[in-house]
Amino acid sequence: MATVELRNLRKTYLHEEIIKGISLAITDREFVVFVGPSGCGKSTLLRMIAGLEDISAGDLLIDGQRVNDTDPARRGVAMVFQSYALYPHMNVYRNMEFSLRLAGMPEAERRRRIGDVARILQLDPYLDHRPGQLSGGQRQRVAIGRAIVRNPRVFLFDEPLSNLDAALRGQMRVELASLHRRLGATTIYVTHDQVEAMTMADRIVVLNRGVVEQIGTPLELYHRPRNLFVARFMGSPAMNLLPARIHALTPDGMAQVQAGAVSVSIPTRHGGPEAGTAGTLGIRPEHILIDPQGAITGMVTISERLGAITLLHVRLTDGQMIVVQTGGDNTDRADTPIRLTLGEEHCHLFDADGMALAREADHPLLSDL
Amino acid sequence: MARTRTRLRQGVVTILGWAIALWMFFPILWMFLTGFKNEPDAISTPPHLFFSPTLSSYRDVFAREDYWHFATNSVVISVLATVVALLVSIPAAYAMAFLPGPRTRMTLLWMLSTRMLPPVGVLVPIYLLARATGLLDSRTGLIVIYMLTNLPITVWMLYTFFREVPVPILEAGRMDGATRWQEVTQVLMPLALPGIASTGLLSLILCWNETFWSLNLTSSIAAPLTTFIASFSSPEGLFFAKLSAASTLAVAPIMVFGWASQKQLVRGLTFGAVK
Repeated sequence: MATVELRNLRKTYLHEEIIKGISLAITDREFVVFVGPSGCGKSTLLRMIAGLEDISAGDLLIDGQRVNDTDPARRGVAMVFQSYALYPHMNVYRNMEFSLRLAGMPEAERRRRIGDVARILQLDPYLDHRPGQLSGGQRQRVAIGRAIVRNPRVFLFDEPLSNLDAALRGQMRVELASLHRRLGATTIYVTHDQVEAMTMADRIVVLNRGVVEQIGTPLELYHRPRNLFVARFMGSPAMNLLPARIHALTPDGMAQVQAGAVSVSIPTRHGGPEAGTAGTLGIRPEHILIDPQGAITGMVTISERLGAITLLHVRLTDGQMIVVQTGGDNTDRADTPIRLTLGEEHCHLFDADGMALAREADHPLLSDL
Repeated sequence: MARTRTRLRQGVVTILGWAIALWMFFPILWMFLTGFKNEPDAISTPPHLFFSPTLSSYRDVFAREDYWHFATNSVVISVLATVVALLVSIPAAYAMAFLPGPRTRMTLLWMLSTRMLPPVGVLVPIYLLARATGLLDSRTGLIVIYMLTNLPITVWMLYTFFREVPVPILEAGRMDGATRWQEVTQVLMPLALPGIASTGLLSLILCWNETFWSLNLTSSIAAPLTTFIASFSSPEGLFFAKLSAASTLAVAPIMVFGWASQKQLVRGLTFGAVK
């Protein structure tokens, strides 16, 4: 199908730079997710690739050809909009037919293609319905169908699931993932939902204020966040971050870290931190263990029982709040004292500038990276 | 108790509503009735409530002037002025609604402000321009004037309607390969059709009722129905019955038309107010 390459793309709008030089090479058949908080520029970047926004500077290449000044339809990209943006005055068939008709495709060919796509998306019974007569999930399918019939080189999705309820969103997520495997089209997908990003992406691009914070596979981002922003953004519940000071560094690479009442020694790779510097200690809620012999003491303030897991919000003796993820069978209630230990090999360490320091521990699937 | 009071209040409101409606409708009713009186009945004070209706005034009106000539002028001028106004204002409103620049807002306000000018203020220049271009007493002249004077209103209305159309739908059209022309004709216009229709209707009514320019810029060839009515006042004194008959004839087509398109008009004018 197609490769997409962004070379130092910039977007300036009313003297303000929104996209500040983004470079990225997307390989054929790859599923790339742009994720970031609202206003980070992810939708703007997608619209620049679509051709709906002008590119202020830099080059956009699809299949090696510069398409900065090419009309959207001639770029060979199709887009699914957040609001679906179906044509309300046309039935489902006409909605899917519109682009084919404009492209001058013969009637028989149009009919065959729409028939195929309708079968894949189970839309056959609704072909003569208007969008207004369809449910949210069905409209979503029509929007996807409208993109598929064109047989585009690249699919663009702009937060396509955010208007659906939670159950349907989960279902559509799986459908989209399997559709991607089936069609094998290069896909760029924008979302603010990191669950969507984690579950669907081959690679995730974390954006913040118009710059790339990190690009990597979902597990890379989760286990090796490059900086505090990514650490904070990826993972739910979010990583616990405590202001810390590195006291000493042993010859075997153990960093003695003090964060308030918490004292841990973290295995680091060489070239790591220097003794005496300030930084941030990060630990994910699932890596904090409840341990009656634990050195860290605190008080449970809230216990959120999600069924399979329980999230304990704990106030440490030094007043800091942390979240601990534990099993669904946990019985701790609010206002009970608790003792904890940190899985030291799972701790993250960030320097004063918020950049992560290399660490020893890793996820088994990441070892070959 | 409370229910009887509500019902009482409803009754009062209903009567009040009818009273106001009749009060406002009265001049039209009176005109309509007077058209069927003979001249002495028409000017008698106190007016005769009961009279033997006669078509003599209508006969006189038809005998003196060629009604169909004026009526044709009215139809041709109103329809063409409206069509041209729409042809000009649809692209204008599109540009202002979807490709606004830093001065779009001011342009819109300025356009509207021209509508607040009393037409008589520009009578002399317009008259001279019309004479210089040979457009005096021509349908084309009135079409141009009507089209131009209604443009601020049609552009504003269409602008408002277009703003209600979700932009992503137009963008989807662009992604699907629609040219600007196809985007407007195949996506935007079908979606804004109620708005375009009511804009057209309003323009039609305004053109039909326009009197100032038609009186000043036409005499016989291009004169529409408003001139036809006026011709029954002045010279030989006032003939109320004949004047009323002529007015009824002039007003009837647009009233019937307005009545028939009432639903469309209301729907268009309240478009977006209720989702």
